[in-house]
Amino acid sequence: MSTDTATLPVGRYAYDEVDRTFLSQRVAQFREQVGRRVAGDLTEDEFKPLRLMNGLYLQLHAYMLRVAVPYGMMGSDQMRELAHIARTYDRDYGHFTTRQNIQFNWIRLEDTPDILERLAGVNMHAIQTSGNCIRNVTCDEFAGAAADELLDPRIHAEILRQWSTLHPEFSFLPRKFKIAISGSPYDRVAARFHDIGLVAHPGPDGRPVFDVFVGGGLGRTPIIGVKLRDNLPEEDLLAYLEAVVRVYNAYGRRDNMYKARIKILVQALGVEQFREKVDAEFAQMNRADYRLDPAIVEGIRARFGIPALDAPADAAQTLEADRKADARFDRWVRTNTHAHRHEGFISAVVSIKPDGGIPGDVTADQMDLIAALADEFSFGEIRVTHMQNVVLGHVRKDRLRDLWLRLDGAGLGTPNIGLVGDIIACPGLDYCALANARSIPIAQKLSARFANPELQENIGTLRINISGCINACGHHHAGHIGILGVDKRGEEFFQLTLGGSAQNDVAIGQIIGPALPEDETVDAIARLIDTYLVLRNEGEAFIDTYRRLGAASFKDAVYAPA
Amino acid sequence: MPLLENGHVTEDRWAQAIAGEALPAGAVIVPLDRLEEGLARPKDAPLGVTIGPDVDVAVLRPALPRLALVAVSFPTFRDGRAFTQARALREHLSFTGEIRATGTPLPDQYEFLLRCGVTTVQTDRAEDVAVWQQAHEIISIAYQPSVLHERAQGLGLRRFLGK
Repeated sequence: MSTDTATLPVGRYAYDEVDRTFLSQRVAQFREQVGRRVAGDLTEDEFKPLRLMNGLYLQLHAYMLRVAVPYGMMGSDQMRELAHIARTYDRDYGHFTTRQNIQFNWIRLEDTPDILERLAGVNMHAIQTSGNCIRNVTCDEFAGAAADELLDPRIHAEILRQWSTLHPEFSFLPRKFKIAISGSPYDRVAARFHDIGLVAHPGPDGRPVFDVFVGGGLGRTPIIGVKLRDNLPEEDLLAYLEAVVRVYNAYGRRDNMYKARIKILVQALGVEQFREKVDAEFAQMNRADYRLDPAIVEGIRARFGIPALDAPADAAQTLEADRKADARFDRWVRTNTHAHRHEGFISAVVSIKPDGGIPGDVTADQMDLIAALADEFSFGEIRVTHMQNVVLGHVRKDRLRDLWLRLDGAGLGTPNIGLVGDIIACPGLDYCALANARSIPIAQKLSARFANPELQENIGTLRINISGCINACGHHHAGHIGILGVDKRGEEFFQLTLGGSAQNDVAIGQIIGPALPEDETVDAIARLIDTYLVLRNEGEAFIDTYRRLGAASFKDAVYAPA
Repeated sequence: MPLLENGHVTEDRWAQAIAGEALPAGAVIVPLDRLEEGLARPKDAPLGVTIGPDVDVAVLRPALPRLALVAVSFPTFRDGRAFTQARALREHLSFTGEIRATGTPLPDQYEFLLRCGVTTVQTDRAEDVAVWQQAHEIISIAYQPSVLHERAQGLGLRRFLGK
């Protein structure tokens, strides 16, 4: 490979001329499709799956364009281009999604070919961010940085991105198909809430092996994925995934879109019969044709830039001293950082959940600032998290306070990661044609109510997820406290679920009782949290108190105000 | 639209079996439930079969040596099962005859059809053939193996689509 590795983008795959040619062809193809739609040669019914495969939705008020951020990784140059698109074609902002993508909510159909061309200019696209195909592969936001990681999953995430791109057999599946991949024993990707969840770890010969989970998902029918295969060898990764998706394509239901996901098929067949079908398919495949040769993996790995992790010997001590000198900074470090594999570095989480703000919304100016800070502090590398925040993965410990001062000065220093204020919410009825209720105002009211950082830290780890309808884009079943918007005779009501989790202790939240009117919901949650504070044992998180005592202890707080 | 083969219009030499009528003498495509009747004809009479998207192509295995054509169908372009059927015919059953896509696939799916092993397209759609030809030529790079065994590009999974 002739490319100077020093110029490769850190943390993601570097496009070359072949990849750029492909992308420009894809843009030309979409321009031609839009042309045929405008000319009336394609009906809206025919055009819809074609535009969806380029990330273009028709929402309540306008088109929405969802831009792919493969495995959540992007560079500062790409973030600046997104800021430009927000300013030029949207209303000055964008929205980070739970699939680590970014979406623009006020797009005109006729502008989209130009936007896609601009994105292609920085090696970005909107391919397969929607449609009944294999979607953007998601990944651990601390990949390649986390101290607890066994191997960097991004190389295989990139391989899966490439493999699934315009896959000839799997672009018209019964329904969408989502894959997540992790290389850490600590599940930060919700592996068991995906169509396929892959957990990678080193095998006996040093090459990666994969534990394969299948048939998990949220939506109308929340189901925890089951383990289909242990220790899948790397060289069989593509063959095995082909077999799984082929069985799904052949047998998944197509008569009812709400029963069309692979989880329904796995439930209907039972995991044993599903596994038999996959094994039968796998056994008759010509595995040589699908073999993922280690040379292919290493060729792709060589296209990833590696950060030069050089820190002064006293970097960690400097951080300790900085923390002692400034209580506000110290709090932010406690809540918004993650341990790095290098002792002189740390990963910083930029909260996109300001007090009273809209979760995941980011202005063009903030995008530019994040890009500048990424250049200055983290090798130009930016990660979008499935919690709708941003991570700067490799920050020198002795420079962390400088970074925080800049973030804090711009309103991006909210110390609430993993706490009450770190709410996941779907766009809801403010944007979405499917929603029954507005998720965003509830999120804003909760966030404002619990804005006090001492209170938040005292309450401790708490995940709140809000969905505006049963399609569950806000993953309410996976929240410690889940909030689901429902329509009752034209009025917005909210149903609470308790005890969900998408992490290693995976669980589906259970409904606590009848839905509450909009104006009582925030008070009810406040009482719920007060009750927890009274009932908890020393150091016990909300989810653990709930699991110890059960729903009954909390039900009175929700329905019988003092 | 006329019959398409690799982006070009070609003559259709095949007759369709007509319900309630005896099979003609020459090349004929029969529905799956008349396959036995087709096989009962002289061994040198060209025979094809058309299958619905819910059929497991393995049922064709005993008849395959006698079949020169298998027609897979798209009741709607959104139903992608025929892609898997075509691939299974090529990969698992080593079928080397004509695989014909019927029904209403979109021209935008043409490259997918070809890469899954389909050789001809006979669609009820009215587009100009040029739209299909363009759909065949617009993308020249793919990122995964296919039954066409395209030439690998050298890096990763990439290969050049032969045009």
